[in-house]
Amino acid sequence: MSVLARFVEEAGIPTVVVTMMPDAARRWRAPRVVGVEFPFGHAFGMPGDAAMQRSVAEHALRALAEATAPEYRLDVPIEWPVDTKTAYRDWQPLVASPGVAMLKKRGKDAVARAAATGEVDEPAS
Amino acid sequence: MAVAEFRVDSYKFVPRNWRAGMESAPMKTDTTVWTGMTTPLPEATIALLTTAGLYLPASQESYDLDRERREPTWGDPTYRVVPRGARQAEMAFAHLHINTRDHYQDFNIALPLDRFAEFEAEGRIGRLADEHYSVMGYRSDDGAGWRQDTLPAITRRLKQARVDALVLAPA
Repeated sequence: MSVLARFVEEAGIPTVVVTMMPDAARRWRAPRVVGVEFPFGHAFGMPGDAAMQRSVAEHALRALAEATAPEYRLDVPIEWPVDTKTAYRDWQPLVASPGVAMLKKRGKDAVARAAATGEVDEPAS
Repeated sequence: MAVAEFRVDSYKFVPRNWRAGMESAPMKTDTTVWTGMTTPLPEATIALLTTAGLYLPASQESYDLDRERREPTWGDPTYRVVPRGARQAEMAFAHLHINTRDHYQDFNIALPLDRFAEFEAEGRIGRLADEHYSVMGYRSDDGAGWRQDTLPAITRRLKQARVDALVLAPA
């Protein structure tokens, strides 16, 4: 994801990445990052919750308006309104992705190692 | 009274053993990139990009999930154009790494066209662009597949449309 932002930014168009994994964006030194503490798939919040989506989108506008140097980061102070265990289960696909299924055969920590090295970008960062 | 600053935990909703590996992993690049905003937001044209694998089945192919099933480290690097007026019933989502149930209910969680149309109506941005972009965000090549065709094409389109800023969100 941040690699997309960097490419567009290099081409002369300002970008802001709204991400649930600001730590991954940090490693790519993305120009402007808005962090959300939401499950994967839900960068702008809960379905049907226009107020929450709007608040996140407003943070993206603020980042564009006020950032003056790269590696700008602004976090959205919204707590996900679903308990962590349920949310953790709900964002995941019903069937493990082919990449995860392959790694699980290699052992317990293979998925985490692959996520860290970028061997498998699981899921999008 | 001082209010503690809210700091997002990147690892709240992922397996516990990701944190140590990712926090100690090396940086992906040594360099920063920067283009300053030159147009004030109330005059700026804004476009959106999602990696949720969004496509419009009536006029667009799905992403190649079959090849990913055969080659688990490969992800479809192509892109789709989403017109600003696209509606929920026209959309589908092809992504093997997330549960897309909520996206079929409300696309705005990934590509908030309705929210930015509100900003346009309120004069907070100049214009919501006519076209927006989707890719399928699973990559294991640090974006090399995207660099080939997709990124040059999206960048060309953004320039043609005189877009002043792009808001990107991973799925």
